[in-house]
Amino acid sequence: MSHLSRRQFLVGATTTAAAVGMTAPRVHAQKKGGTIKFVPHADLKVLDPIATTAYITRNHAYMIYDTLFGTDATLAVKPQMVEKFASSSKGLRWSFTLREGLRFHDGQAVAAEDAVESLKRWSKRDPLGRLLAAHTARIAPVDRKTFTLELAEPFGLVLEALGKPSSNVPFIMPARLAATSENEPIKETIGSGPFRFVKDEWQPGNQVVYARNADYRPRAEKPSGSTGGKAVTLERVVWRYMPDHATASAALEAGEVDWWEHPPLDFVPRIEASSALTTFITDPRGTQGWIRPNHKHPPFNNKKARQALLSIVDQSKYLKAAIGVEKFYKTCPALFTCGGPFETAAGAPGTPDLDRARALVKESGYDGRPVVVLDPTDIALTHGAALVTRELLGQIGFNVDLQSMDWSSAVARRAKKEPPAQGGWNMLFTWWIASDVINPAVHAGISGAGDAAWFGWPESARIEELKLLWARATDPAKQKQLATEIQKVAYDEVLYVPFGQWVLPTAYRKAVSGVLEFPAPLFWNVSIG
Amino acid sequence: MLREIVRRLVATIPVMGVVAIAVFALLHVTPGDPAVIIAGDYATGEDIARVRTKLGLDKPFLTQVGIWLGGIARGDLGASIYSGLPVTTLIKQRAEATISLTLLAMLISIAVGVPVGVLAAWRRGSWLDRSVMIFAVSGFSMPTFWLGFVLVYVFAISAHWLPVQGFQSIERGLWPFLRHLILPAITLSVVYMALIARMTRASMLGVLGEDYIRTAFAKGLAPRRVLVRHALKNASLPVVTVIGIGFALLIGGAVVTESVFALPGLGRLTVDAIVRRDYPVIQGVILIVSGVYVLINLVVDVLYVVLDPRIKY
Amino acid sequence: MASSVPSVNTELAVPVIAERLSRGGRLRRFSRRNPTLMLGAAVMALIVISGVSAPVWWTGDPLAMRPAERLQAPSAAHWFGSDNFGRDVYTRTLYGTRVSLVVGAAVALASLVVGTSLGLVIGFHRRLDAVMMRVMDGLMAIPAILLALALMALMKGSVRNVIIALVIPEIPRVIRVVRASVLSLREHTMVEGARALGARTPRILVRYVLPALMAPLIVQATYICASAILFEAYLSFLGAGTPPHIPSWGNIMAEGKTYVQLAFWIILFPGVFLALTVLAVNLIGDGLRETLDVRG
Repeated sequence: MSHLSRRQFLVGATTTAAAVGMTAPRVHAQKKGGTIKFVPHADLKVLDPIATTAYITRNHAYMIYDTLFGTDATLAVKPQMVEKFASSSKGLRWSFTLREGLRFHDGQAVAAEDAVESLKRWSKRDPLGRLLAAHTARIAPVDRKTFTLELAEPFGLVLEALGKPSSNVPFIMPARLAATSENEPIKETIGSGPFRFVKDEWQPGNQVVYARNADYRPRAEKPSGSTGGKAVTLERVVWRYMPDHATASAALEAGEVDWWEHPPLDFVPRIEASSALTTFITDPRGTQGWIRPNHKHPPFNNKKARQALLSIVDQSKYLKAAIGVEKFYKTCPALFTCGGPFETAAGAPGTPDLDRARALVKESGYDGRPVVVLDPTDIALTHGAALVTRELLGQIGFNVDLQSMDWSSAVARRAKKEPPAQGGWNMLFTWWIASDVINPAVHAGISGAGDAAWFGWPESARIEELKLLWARATDPAKQKQLATEIQKVAYDEVLYVPFGQWVLPTAYRKAVSGVLEFPAPLFWNVSIG
Repeated sequence: MLREIVRRLVATIPVMGVVAIAVFALLHVTPGDPAVIIAGDYATGEDIARVRTKLGLDKPFLTQVGIWLGGIARGDLGASIYSGLPVTTLIKQRAEATISLTLLAMLISIAVGVPVGVLAAWRRGSWLDRSVMIFAVSGFSMPTFWLGFVLVYVFAISAHWLPVQGFQSIERGLWPFLRHLILPAITLSVVYMALIARMTRASMLGVLGEDYIRTAFAKGLAPRRVLVRHALKNASLPVVTVIGIGFALLIGGAVVTESVFALPGLGRLTVDAIVRRDYPVIQGVILIVSGVYVLINLVVDVLYVVLDPRIKY
Repeated sequence: MASSVPSVNTELAVPVIAERLSRGGRLRRFSRRNPTLMLGAAVMALIVISGVSAPVWWTGDPLAMRPAERLQAPSAAHWFGSDNFGRDVYTRTLYGTRVSLVVGAAVALASLVVGTSLGLVIGFHRRLDAVMMRVMDGLMAIPAILLALALMALMKGSVRNVIIALVIPEIPRVIRVVRASVLSLREHTMVEGARALGARTPRILVRYVLPALMAPLIVQATYICASAILFEAYLSFLGAGTPPHIPSWGNIMAEGKTYVQLAFWIILFPGVFLALTVLAVNLIGDGLRETLDVRG
């Protein structure tokens, strides 16, 4: 993620004003109207984007909400709802002014108060938000369209925080809804985004329907990622959830649906061979797979046991089982992703060494108790990773208790802090898109906050210390050095073990055009027919 | 007669009561907690406890039962824990697909099963009879979803004659409605069809052996007339029974068929709800489905009287 | 899960059977009169043998993953092809036989034992009868698969729990059958006579009622077995059956359903085995019904 210099901040304020005079962007001859039928990767269950980091909820939120800043295809942060912004007093005082013509779906104009309350609610949940809040002295509206943010200490990631592309995204909602406690889901789905949520046609487990928001005023620039003009061509967007991949594949081929978010990679050759279909990599930065041990309970509360785990992970083995198709994956030791600004191999494990692992297991004093490994079987990549892990752990002397369940149950179970025998767990698998792990501030796994950390709850004062230093550092070279140091400590403590990096293509009919490069599927700029 | 029907209707109430309590008990005696999922990724123990209180999940068991039953009396089945939509709305959204599927499947099964069973009985011992019986037994030995996939592969994917998935409401036209339903209905009907064919055959065999039938044949009446007018009428009793009992089979099959063909029906709704422990939805759907089943059996009982005047209440 | 069924000594069995057949006589006559039963029994025997002695039939390790060989069509290396993890479908299908047979037999046995005991008790106690029959009616009103699914949702996935979840919906049906027989037999002169002689209820149950129940119960058991085998497949298909690392036909097909267009063999072969097994059990049931001349 790029770090805007002070000069760039001020430039940003002025170019936005100039951009208004530019002619409207034109992409290609786009047919107006139409309905697109989209197959999402999961079923939409939770509507509140602050309550969960689930990507499906984030994708839903991108439809109906808007953000103060966005992230474009080069990972640069640019203003979206903000007209102009400025910082002063050595970056300790920021002021933001909203664009004209922004309205919520219920007709109310978007005010600075709405932005402030939304940010407050977001910052209670999101790790980067909490970091920002910890450095904030005051955030308040100045007038109807302007609010200020006063920092107590220097913080280098203000815009990165406001323009955060992925979970949790600081979406702006009406102040009365943002006033809902962060422990409760919001009751209404009113936003100011380019689409409206058609609640009457929502059939949980089957379909979600969005309609074009005719009152939305897009920016004048060309769209890029979540920045630029969100000009909507489509009249309706229908998300049809199909739990069966074979059904989705057949439906796409038959033209019964138009766009399939994440076809399993085994289907891609077939799709690419079809003359009516095409694939596209929407997020070339990729996704990272995680093996996360539970630091709270034996055996992985013992560092040697965790290091034993580290020395048996053979990324190519995992990738072959979890992903399967070689051209879409690669091994990568960097915790902040290969291809990202903080890529480094420092501290990474060498080739897998089973003997050393066995020795470490013995040294850790492992008492033979069952190791509870969560195996979500409905997600191919976690299921594959679980099966490989079971094999490997067994080979070095662990007694594995593989527990199969569906993803929702795994999500519920991973929240339990109890010992494995009482409903907890020892090991889980998950994945994050690059934007979510690209630097130490957004990375949910790089945390030593114990019980306040992401599931797995590692404790490391050193990591917390380094993170804070990183967030405050303004010099790119210092940031790089700190990030490298963080990775070394993270590997030493084995906060988690990455099992590789991959890209996922999306697939759609050739009649669909205008799909943007971004981790979430975006429906503005898209046309059909 | 009317009094008898009313009496039977009233008798179903305690039965439904048992169903309601059994279902409720089953779900609540359990590990697994929807509050955890709703509370979200960052929930602490207190957050989860707060959500549980909001959902009323922390009240004593009997109180929860009472609340639920009270709601039913008012026609309120509660609301989904996840979407917040009322259970009655969810059921209404999904009912059309399941009802259409089930009715069409039943129609096909009866339309094919009965004549086939009659034929087999009439030509007992012949190759026709043998093949019908083998087909019948194979029919209900096959897993429904397997047959569904085979049909989809042949008719939808390879031949492109029929759509792969989805459901079109009959409001949008009869032809699209049928097109989308024909493969799932056939898949679902095979089991039922087999059962009906067997039952019809067995029942017809019993009747055909009777004296009055042989008399009818001896009198020179056309075979078709004898078969349909006399034999079938008397043989229909057990067939009607099977239709009633088989309804439960149909529901079971519908659950799986809806999954294969991505039909937005009650079966899929229930499976999703069960996996996520969406208690109100699970309870509501099972209650309604069981209620329908009980009603169908009531109708079957009434049909008995109509078909066989010997049975008096 | 280890199914501790001893493997059949195939070397000895074959010559014995051959000798019996060549001697003809009773077996021949029996099979001519009961073709259904013999057909069913023959198919069943084949399946049981292949499952029980699975390691013998050129199988490998059902759990061994070979990602380099994933999704290969049937060939000399993989007779039934390989699945998405590179596991051999032939091996898994054969080992899956064990699970399905165990589930089928266990469910049939358990529901029979529990149902019969309960049915006998209920049949003999008038007051209990009225209450329990309402309860049974209620339970039977819930479609079996939904009940089984709901039960599985309560419990961790395992073969034992699948058996429990499948037994519970069957019990009311068995009770129904038993109770009907008991009610009619209760008034039977033989029983009345025994009563008059001072015989106590348990003795009556064992000496008179049970033997009369045997035949219909055995037939019922075969149908329960067949439907249990099918239901295990349904439960696994919906993701609520045997855990995935234990190969059962249901979950082989569940994992293979994604690959219907790409690797149809994953669903095809277990499906065929499943259909054949259930067919065989049904034929045995039909055959027994004919032989034992059971009605209803």
